[in-house]
Amino acid sequence: MNRVPFRLAKDLGFRIYLATSTLILLIPLILILYYIVSNGINVINLDFLTSLPKPPGVLGGGISNAIVGSGLLIGIAGALSIPFGVALGLFLNEFSETRLASAVRICVEILQGIPSIVIGIIAYLWIVVPLGGFSAFSGGIALAMMMLPMVVRATEETLKLIPHSLKEASLGLGVPYYRTMIKIIVPAGANGILTGVLLGVARVAGETAPLLFTAFGNPFMTVNITQPVNSLPLIIYNFATSPYSDWQQVAWGASLVLIIFVLGLSLLARTLIKQ
Amino acid sequence: MNKHILEIDRLNVSIGDDKIIRDISMAFSRKKVTAIMGPSGCGKTTLVRCINRMHELIPNTVVTGSIALYRKNIYEMNPIMVRREIGMVFQRPNPFPTMSIYDNVIAGYLLNGIKLTRSEKDTLVESSLSKAGLWNEVKDALHRRGAFLSGGQQQRLCIARALAMKPRVLLLDEPTSALDPKSTAHIEDLISELKETVTIIMVTHNIGQASRVSDFTAFLYMGELVEYGTTEKLFTVPDDKRTEEYLSRKFG
Repeated sequence: MNRVPFRLAKDLGFRIYLATSTLILLIPLILILYYIVSNGINVINLDFLTSLPKPPGVLGGGISNAIVGSGLLIGIAGALSIPFGVALGLFLNEFSETRLASAVRICVEILQGIPSIVIGIIAYLWIVVPLGGFSAFSGGIALAMMMLPMVVRATEETLKLIPHSLKEASLGLGVPYYRTMIKIIVPAGANGILTGVLLGVARVAGETAPLLFTAFGNPFMTVNITQPVNSLPLIIYNFATSPYSDWQQVAWGASLVLIIFVLGLSLLARTLIKQ
Repeated sequence: MNKHILEIDRLNVSIGDDKIIRDISMAFSRKKVTAIMGPSGCGKTTLVRCINRMHELIPNTVVTGSIALYRKNIYEMNPIMVRREIGMVFQRPNPFPTMSIYDNVIAGYLLNGIKLTRSEKDTLVESSLSKAGLWNEVKDALHRRGAFLSGGQQQRLCIARALAMKPRVLLLDEPTSALDPKSTAHIEDLISELKETVTIIMVTHNIGQASRVSDFTAFLYMGELVEYGTTEKLFTVPDDKRTEEYLSRKFG
């Protein structure tokens, strides 16, 4: 019996299944991008990026304070999470067999699994309440807690790939352990670590929930980390849920800026991985 | 002056439950090449690693006995100082991939934060690379990364890097096992030249190599020092039957 036509048909069927699955995945992504770009592109211009939000009904208005605020929050989050995260990743790699390392690994995993809103509440209880007010600092801490696991894992995964012989080469020259780590091991993994950091930033840049109780939002420009600040996700959240159509337009524009920022970071991270 | 630079006294090493080195005592002569050979797993790599305390990187290693460099027990010295006096070249070439050839040679200084003037650096790089027989091949590419070098050149770069620290003893752990015959011959010639300036202890499981380059040979078997003497004697009239059998390639 000739079963070849049947097999060819099965093969074709499978190919169609794969192609449709891919399409089904791509369609929402493309639609989302199309929606945001088509709605946001009209709003975006230099003025939009450099001026403060205006009250509803007043023409124009921008998101400069949200951009600066997001930058401030990410800066604080990075300044806190990168040193700790890289150190922890280094520890996990160097002492990977120890019980403490397994415990730390579990903690990092759990931290990664905590919903962002819960992290927001915790930052509220630990930072906002004792300090007596919303602040960029507390928002940065909330975002740092979200970034930390990504930095730790990226560091550990990267350093695992660095040949042991490099460490031996350095120690064999009489270089102290800490200098070997700082000057040889970490630089050798710099690309991978940076990739992890970029992906971490891309992730927290869009976080809204933890900022609701911490950075809170602010209609004015500030770079004071003890004051509440605006951020891109917060301005999108606040303006998109407002009843005013000009504010909703601003929210579309802010969404586009945020998407471009996040996609740009992801692309940058991808090119770094390839190197 | 004492002709022995390094003396090992009743050295015992175990990793976990395995006894790797059993009660080895031996002394190494100044500015000579000593080959340590033996079948795989006989403890020769562990023995040389103990000499510059690199064994401390392996967890669960227990060492008893002593190793004295100029009569000073290295286990009572700072391991960092020990490694500056006793340099090491590993099985596989391991130049620092992010550094240029120039920086690789003076890596020991750069990484230790030892300041050198521009001319000190230049002299050190040239003399170390010349000693390692690499200067003529790389003098026009000093500021390029070492990745384009062949395996043998990389290994000579590693030798230059170790020599730049001006060690008194150079440990070579099967320095040619990852190299092709031509590079191997090159490194063997180099070893014969280097003993003018530095004491060399090399591990090899290449019997021919031991006979070609060394002045003294030690034969290790199952963690024990079976026989140790001048290469000439060991290769012509060995005292121990096991040495003879190993040299006639009956095992190993």
